[in-house]
Amino acid sequence: MTISRNARLLLASLLGVGLAFIYIPLSVVIINSFNASKTFSWPPSHFTTIWWSKALENTGVREALKWSIFAGLSATAIALVLGTCLAFAVSRYQFFGREVISLLVVLPISLPGVVTGIALNSAFTKQLGMSTGLLTVVIGHATFCIVIVYNNAIARLRRMGTSLQEASMDLGANGITTFRLITLPNLASALFAGGLLAFGLSFDEIVVTTFTAGPGIQTLPIWIYNNLFRPNQAPIVNVVAATLVVLSVIPIYLSQRLSQDSTTGGRF
Amino acid sequence: MLHSLPNFFHKNQRLRLIALLTTPVLWLVVAYLGALAMLLVTAFFTIDSFTGNVIQQFNLGNFHDMLTDAAYKNVVLRTLGIAISVTFICSVLAIPMAFYMAKIARPRSQKILVALVLTPLWASYLVKIYAWRTMLEPGNGVLDWLLGPIGINSPGFGGPAIIIGLSYLWLPYMILPIYAGLERLPNNLLDASGDLGAHNFYTFRKVILPLIFPSLVAGSMFTFSLSLGDYITAQIIGGKLQMLGNVVYQNFSINLPFAATIAMVPVSIMALYLYLVRRTGALASM
Repeated sequence: MTISRNARLLLASLLGVGLAFIYIPLSVVIINSFNASKTFSWPPSHFTTIWWSKALENTGVREALKWSIFAGLSATAIALVLGTCLAFAVSRYQFFGREVISLLVVLPISLPGVVTGIALNSAFTKQLGMSTGLLTVVIGHATFCIVIVYNNAIARLRRMGTSLQEASMDLGANGITTFRLITLPNLASALFAGGLLAFGLSFDEIVVTTFTAGPGIQTLPIWIYNNLFRPNQAPIVNVVAATLVVLSVIPIYLSQRLSQDSTTGGRF
Repeated sequence: MLHSLPNFFHKNQRLRLIALLTTPVLWLVVAYLGALAMLLVTAFFTIDSFTGNVIQQFNLGNFHDMLTDAAYKNVVLRTLGIAISVTFICSVLAIPMAFYMAKIARPRSQKILVALVLTPLWASYLVKIYAWRTMLEPGNGVLDWLLGPIGINSPGFGGPAIIIGLSYLWLPYMILPIYAGLERLPNNLLDASGDLGAHNFYTFRKVILPLIFPSLVAGSMFTFSLSLGDYITAQIIGGKLQMLGNVVYQNFSINLPFAATIAMVPVSIMALYLYLVRRTGALASM
């Protein structure tokens, strides 16, 4: 099909409109972090960097960032182990209930977060008598992060096939040596991409976190949410928001470099 | 002894499988399915109106309340309407964007465009909705400033704002599967259609659309299900409007059984949706 010049122009302009739709709000966030007005009236009349230095000194933000990173790393570590185990089992073995596993693993992210959230909360606090805190946040996050690692790992395992492993075994390496020298190096970049996505998902999660964190723990999204409607905190929220927008470029850059399985970073 | 362990495992396929499966399956079944099943059971309980304690006595009262109260029916219909509108808007925006990215853009700019579409997925959910609060602010918001001169005013906070906000949040989830689907679509199919005399739009309708339908369905799984359960967007830019998620959230601390009952609505809608999607065979091509 030769696409006519007019159709090309039309499609290009629709793409432009779409990208404008995506990027105008994000740019507004960044510009507003320099807006001198405390009420953020638009368009800004004066610019200042004072909010940035105030945000750097804000202990609440730092504390929240610390919790977010800790919860994200723990959940990612658990998801990496469990997701990889499942991916090996499903891709390398035939067993009863294999289909059920691939359904079970996507369920936590397919169902609405608020459902997962209240289910986990009442199970933890009412059935198990636990108090909500860092542990419950990590358990909740790990549960919906498993699928991300699983998807990345299983795609790579299927593409890899088993011939390299068989060759290694034929040459006398035992299971552990083969895993260490053959399977793991081939799998590593897929696991890195999966881990990165899982961390990103956990870092950004708010709904399940709301129900599993309890009063003691504020992750960064919870901190933003709690301060969103406090007028004197608004400038700090703006700075945090702008920082998160700018930082989102890093994982994109990393995942595009590392994931050869698909250009979309294994989310689909 | 320890040296023979790897070989022992290698020779025992079944044992290795059990070793691989036990922990993750236990985790998912105990931590997740168990909690979900308990929630389902709770939906059939009631609470003591004086003490607020859950009375563990099986009855259908909550379901009766939910189905007979017109207010809840409205919330369900409104939420469905919002989820369908969001899915529609995302598809309409995503198809031309994905088509340009997959079929017209040069390889170099293709990579950049994919990155441009992916980047907002990593920007925080709250930040994006917060951005729309600034955009939609009636009077001194960005939208009024930007589109006011051509006579378009911000819809303010409410239903349209929720639809815009959710479409904004989930748009990349629609673009990427369609892009992936179009990329797999061989160019010569389009050439053949053109050679046989079909116009651009006819080719789109008769060749492209049926072939990327599974990708559209894959994208809609995100846009539809994520919209169905959302409550934070409604809280931030929805004004007084409530979605199903808001009702669940509000009832959670005062009447858990009723919250559980309401929560079953999006779960059942999603189950039905997944069943229908399965029947179209779109899942297999995801």
